[in-house]
Amino acid sequence: MDFSIGEDRQMLVDSLSRYFADKADWKVREAAIASEAGFDRDVWNGMAELGVLGALFGEDAGGFGGSPFDIGVVFKEAGRALSTGPFLATLMAGKVLEAAGDADTLEGVISGEKILTFANDPAVSADGRPVDATTAAKSGDGWALTGQKGVVDYLGSADLIVVTAEMDGSTASFLVERGASGASTRDYPLIDGGSAGELTLSNTPAKLISDDAGAIDAAIAAGLVATSWEAVGVMEVLRDSTLDYLKTRKQFGIPIGKFQALQHRMATLALEIEQAWSAAINAAAYFDKDTATRDRYCSAAKFSIGQVGRLAAEEAIQMHGGIGMTWELPLSHYAKRMTMLGHVLGDDDLHLSRFIELSKAA
Amino acid sequence: MDLDFSPEDETFREEVRTFLNDKLPPRLANKVRTGQRLSKEDMEEWHAILHERGWLANHWPEEWGGTGWSVMQRFIFELETAIAHAPRVVPFGTSMLAPVLIKYGSEEQCRHYLPRILDGTDWWCQGYSEPGAGSDLASLKTQAVREGDHYIVNGQKTWTTLGQHADWIFCLVRTSNEGKRQEGISFLLIDMKTPGIEVRPIKLLDGDAEVNEVFFTDVKVPVENLVGEENKGWTYAKYLLTYERTNIAGVGASIAMFERLKEVANTTYRNGKPLSEDPLYAARLAKLEIDLENMKTTNLRVLDAAGAGHAPVAESSMLKIRGTEIRQEMNDLMRRAAGRYAQPFIDEALDEGYNGEPVGPEWAAPVAGQYFNNRKLSIFGGSNEVQREIITKAVLEL
Ligand SMILES: Cc1cc2nc3c(=O)[nH]c(=O)nc-3n(C[C@H](O)[C@H](O)[C@H](O)COP(=O)(O)OP(=O)(O)OC[C@H]3O[C@@H](n4cnc5c(N)ncnc54)[C@H](O)[C@@H]3O)c2cc1C
Repeated sequence: MDFSIGEDRQMLVDSLSRYFADKADWKVREAAIASEAGFDRDVWNGMAELGVLGALFGEDAGGFGGSPFDIGVVFKEAGRALSTGPFLATLMAGKVLEAAGDADTLEGVISGEKILTFANDPAVSADGRPVDATTAAKSGDGWALTGQKGVVDYLGSADLIVVTAEMDGSTASFLVERGASGASTRDYPLIDGGSAGELTLSNTPAKLISDDAGAIDAAIAAGLVATSWEAVGVMEVLRDSTLDYLKTRKQFGIPIGKFQALQHRMATLALEIEQAWSAAINAAAYFDKDTATRDRYCSAAKFSIGQVGRLAAEEAIQMHGGIGMTWELPLSHYAKRMTMLGHVLGDDDLHLSRFIELSKAA
Repeated sequence: MDLDFSPEDETFREEVRTFLNDKLPPRLANKVRTGQRLSKEDMEEWHAILHERGWLANHWPEEWGGTGWSVMQRFIFELETAIAHAPRVVPFGTSMLAPVLIKYGSEEQCRHYLPRILDGTDWWCQGYSEPGAGSDLASLKTQAVREGDHYIVNGQKTWTTLGQHADWIFCLVRTSNEGKRQEGISFLLIDMKTPGIEVRPIKLLDGDAEVNEVFFTDVKVPVENLVGEENKGWTYAKYLLTYERTNIAGVGASIAMFERLKEVANTTYRNGKPLSEDPLYAARLAKLEIDLENMKTTNLRVLDAAGAGHAPVAESSMLKIRGTEIRQEMNDLMRRAAGRYAQPFIDEALDEGYNGEPVGPEWAAPVAGQYFNNRKLSIFGGSNEVQREIITKAVLEL
């Protein structure tokens, strides 16, 4: 047994955390989330230069890592810095390309030159129902896609979009280029920073990446590992800043951390975050087992960080009192991000149900 | 035991419903229902409609323009207006200042200020909290020093809700540094247009600016603006806390929101079926409904006792804690229902007259913001921790 992340990964973590501290401080983030793109392109490119995006993919795909723990440590640091940018989209769409052996397309992404996103979930219409699945039809030598995808990360900045669509009764993945005919987008900012958009495709030319639906599932599983590790990074900051505040804020002549009511709440929070961290480790550790085991632990992790994440966000604000609700305090942005991570790739209810189903099958 | 309203109360309820049916502008109800922002004019419009009927300050004594309603009638009124999605009456003038003026102010003050609250001439805000004085309010430092027939006020208030609209602020200020901290506090009325006052907005996490910092630099306040006696302000402020707060649990608002939540759960599809048929979501909804039903009866029990002359202290705290928890849970379920569509932040969609294509479910735009904004419910009005302290001392005698 070994719970260390290893020397190489530690170096990556150290250089990434130094990079965020130097190049992506709070001012940079504020400007980034106020911008249309929702992230800072220079920061993104600098990260690519550091090899951060390469760490998400294996050597055959032009990267130098790609294991669940490589992915985990990058996302945890991004969480700690509350960095915005197409991390998750790059990972999931990139994993689909990687599985299909498309190193050529990935090269420009890993270098930071091209922005890649992942359009998987159908859009939901005004009446609360998801629209029909996107479909692929043969068109000359290639394919044409028709359908609507919802809340596609950083769509406005994307040069390339990996789109999932129904083809001959199963799900396949396709590559759509920016500005392709029949493609239109509606972009918007997100409440926790960053941007996304609705994607409408109408007979849009697309290149078939792969008809392997399993590769899409694996990419989403990687996304779940990443999200869980990111969430732990966010929670650690929520915990540490709240602890600091309990020691420094005085009411009734003493630090509020002297009140037992708050001490026990803080103790519970610390305990729960350790549990969430273990859940995230499990998800990475069992990733390369059979897919049922992988998915069970991914759902266990997403369930855990959903539960603990809500607690962490709410308790951090509550124990700060009014100041915890202000835009000016970074903490409130961590709380928003934590809450919204609960909405990404399915919430705790969804993953609890999925865990139950997978356990029945096991 | 019998939980039904009396026939008289039922008649009254009908009267309120008819009034709401006739007079509540659908435009306003729709804004409240869908979570759009209310402007100052919207709130004033509703105040004026209530005032015309004589119901704006229904809890005041009749001689000052109140109604003489029983606590139960007031509860019914609050319930029905909330269920009809009427805007909330802004409490600062009608419910926070007026009871203090009526009990402790001079006849002259009542005669001057109360009618102006009713007819909307003066918009009031509450200046209690300071950066260093939140839960520990008695440590407040904003100072008022008497000089001839004026006080000179220096210091800072914060978290002043809707202070940007206010004509006047009622403040707790320090007039003495001797003895117990509570015994050096006075209750002062200050015209916001007085030179030396600066209001700066505080942006909250949902992007809205509903609270402010208010700075006082050598602000001259006539001594006749003191309420009651000097150094007795703490007693007056505390009176408000024991003043029967029939609506502290916000049961009406919760019932209205629960109805909307059920609608949303029935029409939002996840994995091919409505959320209301998802066992986990349905369990959350059911727990919430049970808690709300329990709360309704707890609230009625407290009101019944209050009607018989029992001043609720611990009970008010219980209602505040559970009432706010229920509302926060409701906000949580709303944002869950939106799935990933909780995340898009289309600020314009919260403004009246927005007719852009909705992103995702038509109701989704405000729900994440409301969830974050309503974290305030467990912080202000005495945080839920402070309320638990009150219960601990008052009933458990620990
Ligand atoms: C949106 C909003 C609107 C507001 N509007 C107004 C307004 O219009 N006018 C006005 O005067 N004020 C207003 N307030 C201020 C509000 O009343 C204070 O925020 C509240 O009293 C808490 O004070 P604080 O924020 O300084 O937190 P603190 O008192 O610093 O509390 C921090 C944390 O410590 C806890 N704590 C403190 N003491 C104890 C204890 N003894 N035991 C256990 N836990 C404890 C608190 O519960 C909280 O969790 C508003 C606040 C908000 C957030």
